[in-house]
Amino acid sequence: MLRLMQTIRRFEERASTDYVAGDIYGTVHCYIGEEAVAVGVCSALNRDDQIISTHRGHGHCIAKGADLNRMMAELYGRETGYCKGKGGSMHIADFDIGMLGANGIVAGGISIITGAGLAAQIEGKGRVAVSFFGDGASCAGPFHESLNIAAAWKLPMVYVCENNLWAVNTAASTTLAVQDVAARAAGYGIPGIVVDGNDIFAVHAATTEAVARARAGDGPTLIECKTYRHRRHTERPSQPDVRPQAEIDAWMKKDPIDRLVDHLQAQQGQLSVEEWQAMDAEILQQVEDSVSFAKASAFPSPDRVTDDVFAA
Amino acid sequence: MRQISYAAAGMEAFIEEMERDPTTFHLSTDAPPPLVERFGTSRVRGTPIAEGALTGMAIGAAGSGFRPIIDWRMVTFSFVAMDQVVNQASKIHYMFGGQTKFPILYRCTVGGGLRMAAQHSQSPYSMFMNLAGLKMILPSTPYDTKGLLKTAIRDNNPVISFESTRLLTMMGEVPEEEYTIPFGVADIKREGKDVTIVALAWLVHEALAAAETLEAEGISVEVVDPRTLVPMDTETIRASVRKTGRLVVADEAGPTCGASAEIATLVTEDSATFKCLKASVRRVCALQVPIPYSPTLEDVVFPNREKIAAAVRVVMTEA
Repeated sequence: MLRLMQTIRRFEERASTDYVAGDIYGTVHCYIGEEAVAVGVCSALNRDDQIISTHRGHGHCIAKGADLNRMMAELYGRETGYCKGKGGSMHIADFDIGMLGANGIVAGGISIITGAGLAAQIEGKGRVAVSFFGDGASCAGPFHESLNIAAAWKLPMVYVCENNLWAVNTAASTTLAVQDVAARAAGYGIPGIVVDGNDIFAVHAATTEAVARARAGDGPTLIECKTYRHRRHTERPSQPDVRPQAEIDAWMKKDPIDRLVDHLQAQQGQLSVEEWQAMDAEILQQVEDSVSFAKASAFPSPDRVTDDVFAA
Repeated sequence: MRQISYAAAGMEAFIEEMERDPTTFHLSTDAPPPLVERFGTSRVRGTPIAEGALTGMAIGAAGSGFRPIIDWRMVTFSFVAMDQVVNQASKIHYMFGGQTKFPILYRCTVGGGLRMAAQHSQSPYSMFMNLAGLKMILPSTPYDTKGLLKTAIRDNNPVISFESTRLLTMMGEVPEEEYTIPFGVADIKREGKDVTIVALAWLVHEALAAAETLEAEGISVEVVDPRTLVPMDTETIRASVRKTGRLVVADEAGPTCGASAEIATLVTEDSATFKCLKASVRRVCALQVPIPYSPTLEDVVFPNREKIAAAVRVVMTEA
C-alpha cells in the first residue's frame, strides 16, 4: 500500500513538472495528499470490481493497477497512451482493470458507475462497483439520483466521497448545510460513515466492510473520507488558491504517506529507513521510465483523428 | 400481410431482441407490462423519475458488457439528462481511445399535433445530430420502426430512436418473419421524376399525400425517407436530386440549424448535384416558435400536405 501511495505521489510530482515545462498539455489535477483514499479503497477490491474516477484521477488509476507507462504516454498525448492520445489527464480509463475512467464533469461519473453496479447485480457474480467523487459532487443531482436508485434496488455499490474541503476555491462549509456529507446517506436509508481519509487503515477497514455488505446483497454504503489536497486545484502556475495557509499547514502535518511510514517504522522490523529509501528510489526510476516510454512513443498520426468516433 | 401499429412494431422489436440477447435490459419510469411479464423485474425495471441517472447508468452498464435500453418516453425528458448524453455518451468511446464499446438504445417520442403545448411537442433531433458519436433513427412506418429498432439494439454505439407521436397508432404491414433494416439506407417511398421531397417521420405521409394531389396536376414527385439521421444516406438523396433537379425538404422541426438545413446543404455543396438543380431548394418546416397549445395556433405552426404541395409548385415554376 505504501508503495502505491508513493507511486501516485512521485508520478504526479513528475506530471506537474512536465506540465509546467510544456511537455504535458491542457491541465493536470494532482491528487497529492489524498493517496490514502484511493489506495485504501482499491486495496479492498478485486481486479474485476469496478471503479470510476473524477477529474483528479491519477491516484485512482494507479491504485486500481493501471500501467504507469501508458498513463504517462497519455499525458504526453502519445499513441501508446491509454486513450491513444485522445483523452489526456482527465480521461484516462482502463476497462481491463475495472477503471471506468476519469471524468471532466464533476459528478459525471456517479451515475455511470451506478450502471456498472446494476450490471453487476443482473449478472449476479458478486462484482462490486465503487464511485469516487468529491464534496462538490455531493451537491449535484447525479449524486442524489444515483444514491436513491442504488439504495432502492440494493445495488452492490460503494460511494466514496473524498471530502477535501474545497470545490476549487469554494469552501464546502459554505455549500453544505450538514457537517458531514455522510449524513446525507440517512436520506436514502443506507449507512453513511465518516473516516479519516488520511489514515489508510481506517479507509481500508471501512471499505472492506462496505464491500462485504454490497457483495452480500445488502446494498450501497456511503463512505466520506476527510482529506485534503496539498496542491492547488490544478497545476497551472496562475491557478489561484484562496485556502488559508494555516489550514494548509495543519493538513500537511497529517500527510497520509508520512503517517504510514511513521507507523511502519515505529514497529520493529516493518520498514527500515534504508528500505524506505530504496523503495522510493525504485518508484522514482519507474516514473522516470514512464517518461522515457512516453517520449519514445510517437504522437498519433493526424489521419487517425476520425477513428473511434463510432465502434464497429 | 398482417397489419400492426407503429407502437406495437416497436414492442415486437424489444421482445425479439431481449429474447435473442440476455445482455439486454430495459429501464423506464414506467415499465411496459408486456416486457415485465416476459422478462421479469430484474431485466425490465420501473425506475425512479431520474432520467439523468438512468441515462448515465446505461453508459456504465454498456461498458460492463450489457446492452441497455432506456426509454426516456418523451424527448422532453432527455433534456434533464443532457450532461450524460452530451458530455458522456456521445464522447466516451472516442475519448477513451475506443478501448471498449457502449451499445445503448435511448428511445423517445418526438413531434406535435396532440395539443400538448410547448414542452411535449418538440422535434429536437438536430441538437443531437450536432454531436459526434451518436447514431439516430427516425422511423416513419411500423415496418421501419421494427427493423430499425432491432438494428439499433444490435449496434455497438449509443443510438437514439426518435419515434413520432402522431404515428404511434398508425397501422402498417409488418411481416411475421425476422428482418432488420440497416442504418444509413434511405427508403424511396415513392418514385417520381420532377421533384424530390426529402421528408422526415410523420411528414413522409404528408409528402405522399401531397404527391397524390400533385400527380393530378401533372407533377411527378419522388419521396425520399432518410430513415436514419446519423448516418445519413447522402448518396441516395443526391442521386434523387440529380434525377429530378428539384428539392423540397419537409421537417416537423423548426428550420434553424435543423436536419432540413443539413439535408439542403448536403445536396447543394456537392457540385455534381448542384449543377443539376433547376430551382432553389425549399424547406417546409415548423415555424421557429415554441409549440403553442390552442388548435388555431398549433395548426399554423406545423407543415402539412398543403404546405408541402405549395412548396413543390413554387420550385416547379421557378426558372
